[in-house]
Amino acid sequence: MARTLIRRVFRRLGFATLLVLLVSSSALVLARLAPGDTTDAFDARTPEQIAEDRRRLGLDLPLHEVYGQWLARLIRLDLGTSLKYQRPVSELVGERSANTALLASTALALATVVGLPLGVFTASRRRGLIPPLVRAGSVAALSAPPLLTSLALVLLAARTGWLPIGGIGTVWHLVIPALALALPAMGTLERLQAGALSETLHERFMVAAVARGVPDRSLLWRHAFRASLAPVLGVYAIIVASLFSGSFAVEIVTSWPGLGRLMFDALIARDIHLVAGCAVAGSCFLAAGSLAADAALAWADPRTGEAS
Amino acid sequence: MTLGRGAGAILVALWIVAGIFAPFLSPNPPTMQFELPYAPPMRPHVIDADGGLHAPFVYPVRIGNLLERRYEIDRSRRVPLSWLRDGRLATTTDPAAPLLILGADAIGRDVFARLLHGARASLGVALVACLLSLVAGTLIGAAAGYAGGLVDEAFMGVADFLIILPTIYVVLALRAVMPLVLEPWQVFWLLTILLGAVGWPFVARPVRAIVAVESRREYVEAARATGAGPVRIVVRHLAPAAASAIATQVTLLLPAFVLAEATLSFVGLGFVDPTPSWGSMLMDAGRNVRALADFPWLLAPAGALIIFVLGLHVAAAEAGQIRSTLGRGRYHVTD
Repeated sequence: MARTLIRRVFRRLGFATLLVLLVSSSALVLARLAPGDTTDAFDARTPEQIAEDRRRLGLDLPLHEVYGQWLARLIRLDLGTSLKYQRPVSELVGERSANTALLASTALALATVVGLPLGVFTASRRRGLIPPLVRAGSVAALSAPPLLTSLALVLLAARTGWLPIGGIGTVWHLVIPALALALPAMGTLERLQAGALSETLHERFMVAAVARGVPDRSLLWRHAFRASLAPVLGVYAIIVASLFSGSFAVEIVTSWPGLGRLMFDALIARDIHLVAGCAVAGSCFLAAGSLAADAALAWADPRTGEAS
Repeated sequence: MTLGRGAGAILVALWIVAGIFAPFLSPNPPTMQFELPYAPPMRPHVIDADGGLHAPFVYPVRIGNLLERRYEIDRSRRVPLSWLRDGRLATTTDPAAPLLILGADAIGRDVFARLLHGARASLGVALVACLLSLVAGTLIGAAAGYAGGLVDEAFMGVADFLIILPTIYVVLALRAVMPLVLEPWQVFWLLTILLGAVGWPFVARPVRAIVAVESRREYVEAARATGAGPVRIVVRHLAPAAASAIATQVTLLLPAFVLAEATLSFVGLGFVDPTPSWGSMLMDAGRNVRALADFPWLLAPAGALIIFVLGLHVAAAEAGQIRSTLGRGRYHVTD
């Protein structure tokens, strides 16, 4: 048991490392192959000066040398210097990653705290007007793309003046982007939880628990809820990935200075080191999200580990 | 739920029809600029201010407050609608009093006409990209599932890798490393191919799983025994078995592609003004958030997107189906 667990953990870590390496390498190579380079944005000067700039920044080197140098630095955890901002990439990426992580984790917490209990509610209560309403609301929410929800919320804020629009600063600045990002995840979680719970309620161990005389409340929360969590936690990796994807549009619309925006700027500016640095950070997020979701899954359903 | 499903399908179909017949349905050309920036939406009337009944007409608008761009309706003059003129369903012949069903944008273009023509670009990209993913995904998935072994592992390895990456960043990165300024038709094909390239694994995965199981069933054995070749077996016997899984994936890919176009155009890497697409219209509207508060009809493309996506989701079905496809999408990816 312990042996398989360790093997599993190592395999996961190996996969995560491979993912990060593959994603960031392809990002670097792609950005290097793109037409144009950073010096295009510099003030127009003589061809000699441009050539000098390119030599100084290492842009005249062939691709394999650029990649080799970058890889050699990556091993020492050095992501190089941003050509556009003239600052260490790790510093820039660190700041912006923290902002994106704050946004995504707030949205995830919000979606979980609202979505899961609502799912339990709609699955355990079949009568009444509210469950169908919640269900319809969830379908609407899970089809609400963050690009549009954030625009709509910004519009609402502009009309009412209740919340600040754009940028970062107080906790109030977090409300619009986090809500826009959380809505689809909330809807998805509610639907999943409701579906999983109503399936669990028909399992044989539930019948057995009812026969033993377990009280209703404990039946629902202690027995059914925990067992129904496994399929729900199984999609957490996807939800984390979708939050990460969605945060790009949200960051652009609400001017939230996050990783997505930085990556976009870097791509447009042909800032190859910054592009690769953002890819490293992004793929680390992804890998961490999938590892965390795995751990949660193993906790909720101990059978998961034995199966493989 | 059948009623809801039908309604969803109708909404989706309506948009596709609107896109196809955009030039016929829109009262004005999508790039024509009237001297009416930010003109409000107007509706055709049949009853005038005095209660008289007329053939459908519009009241022209004129600027009341130049600074605030407030318009007032000129009820003294009726501008009749002309039907089926210049290949348009309904329009006016007076360029000073155009029919602006959804108002005008910042430079006086008909938002309704742009919305319909935008449906062409946005839905066109999404539909063609979907078709590409479908064909490539089915072929690759069927080949991998039927052949098994090394072919299977190679294809599915690539597919799994593409599936776990956040699609929008992959498309964004691939698009951004292309030349930034392109012709509209180049944008169309570039976006289509990029979306198809990231979309095929979502079709190939379920197809492979189904084909791998089905190809070991007796009826396939029987077909093989009667001398059917691998192509015939895949096309005639295995592909139909995967049809419903493929259909489900398409209903998930289509809204994702429409949104990807919108997002890319919104950041200036897709269609750009003056070419109307839902994304380029949103970008145009998003330039000035304060103006949006006063001229909310500029958000019409957002409404169109929501209706389309919601319609597809409703048509695609109940949560159960959504869950099973979500689960199948990535559940086993890293194992």
